[in-house]
Amino acid sequence: MRSEELLAELYDKTLTGNGPAVLDLTRQGLDQGIGPETLLYDALIPSLEEVGARFERGDFFVPEMLIAGKAMAGALDVLRPLLAETGAATIGTIVMGTVKGDVHDIGKNLVNIMFEGAGFQVIDLGVQVSPEKFIDAIKTHKPDIVGFSAFLTTTMPMFKANINALAKSGLRDRVIVMVGGAPVTQEYADAVGADGYAADASAAVARARELLNQRKAMASA
Amino acid sequence: MDTVLTSAADPAEPAAGSPGSPGNTGSPGSTVTIGPGRPFAIIGERINPTGRKAFQRRLRDGDLSSIEADVADQVAGGAMLLDVNMGAPLADEAALMTRAVRLIQGLTDLPLVLDSSIPEVLDAGLAAYQGKALVNSVTAEDDRLEVILPLVKRHGAAVIGLPNDEDEIPDDPARRVELARKIIHVATERYHIDACDILIDPLAMPVGADTGHPRRTLDTIAAIRQELGVNMTLGASNVSFGMPGRPAIGAAFLPAAMSHGLTSAIMDARSPDLVRAVKAADLVLNHDEWGAAWIAAHRARQAREQQAASP
Repeated sequence: MRSEELLAELYDKTLTGNGPAVLDLTRQGLDQGIGPETLLYDALIPSLEEVGARFERGDFFVPEMLIAGKAMAGALDVLRPLLAETGAATIGTIVMGTVKGDVHDIGKNLVNIMFEGAGFQVIDLGVQVSPEKFIDAIKTHKPDIVGFSAFLTTTMPMFKANINALAKSGLRDRVIVMVGGAPVTQEYADAVGADGYAADASAAVARARELLNQRKAMASA
Repeated sequence: MDTVLTSAADPAEPAAGSPGSPGNTGSPGSTVTIGPGRPFAIIGERINPTGRKAFQRRLRDGDLSSIEADVADQVAGGAMLLDVNMGAPLADEAALMTRAVRLIQGLTDLPLVLDSSIPEVLDAGLAAYQGKALVNSVTAEDDRLEVILPLVKRHGAAVIGLPNDEDEIPDDPARRVELARKIIHVATERYHIDACDILIDPLAMPVGADTGHPRRTLDTIAAIRQELGVNMTLGASNVSFGMPGRPAIGAAFLPAAMSHGLTSAIMDARSPDLVRAVKAADLVLNHDEWGAAWIAAHRARQAREQQAASP
């Protein structure tokens, strides 16, 4: 298969969430001498972005997003060590978790998949994550972004509690805070002092990129 | 005035005066009896700002005006109880709950399900409520049980118990039953709440996230029915979340859940597909003697159609 054909095929198979085919094509591509970055940036990531776009439009549904993400994750397992070797930097690192008192994780997992797909390193702390646990993970992993997820209006106040804990430990300015979840609004995100909010998983990735770029621009200014 | 009475889990007609006997509180016409062998209790889910941005904005401004239409639509659709959730971000939920309860009780005699995880909001709603309400909900977490169950007892309400704890929503039906058992034990032994005033939520999770979820919910329903014998309710709309053709999914799930022992659901009472599936399942499962309710609903629909046809 020519490289372009293989990349097109990889794009299609990721879009339809065909895990085994995605894994085969990834290995085949590497054997043919296609670089891991090319496979990632010219097939896998655009494909998952298309999945996100279709989901946003209502053309794709939750299972399709999950299965595409899973197919992508399989390829990433193969590519990750090679990408590290070639020194291809990840776009950024994000620490994610559902806040304390809340056990909902479907939305958060979708967001994780989209972030991984977009080339982020995702550190998922799971559900019921206490402020202390977030602080520890931020100290350990030094992420660019921390994401708080809440599904209940009653657990949303944990956003503020987490942000206060960040401030107290002197970490607030070192990390971008993003919040999300079914009942969350931009207004609420602003009210608790978060840096970013998005209504769904693919919008979250786009917003994260914006925030990262802003921060870089500020740092170099 | 308005009253919800959850009957004992005994599938047979309860003897008069037994804890589960229907109608022993509240006035006729305002009592809903939930129980095995009885018509499935449809709880309308609509009075809830989650996912309704315009309603959220109105609630934040203290504007309850759109509730009247939500009540009317759900009553017309076949709701037998109404869930009331005032959990809009940045709103005074307790004050809204008090006002909403008074407003809705002025519009309908249907019993209300007061839906919040904040004890102060439940307390405010229960204080404003005339009759016996259903509290939605308490989990198996010790600190939740300790705060919410005394409220339920003090106001003579009934309560929905969610079998999740601080760590997880368990996937394993056996673990859900274990946590449900804990809730029932604490409620009856420590707070002297009648077992017939406890409904357990067997936890309906989205089929779109894992196609094994509904099967686990059905297994949980069967196990709770057999081992604990209490009434059950669940959030039926969860099942079809993130999928196309949601009413058809609900219309397949609910009759299956009913045949496993589910006695009630919080659901979209405005959906004719869902309500008819439930009513047909009532008939098929022998919860509608002589098909009287099924036939009456048919006549009512006929009359509406005729009225619509003749200007």
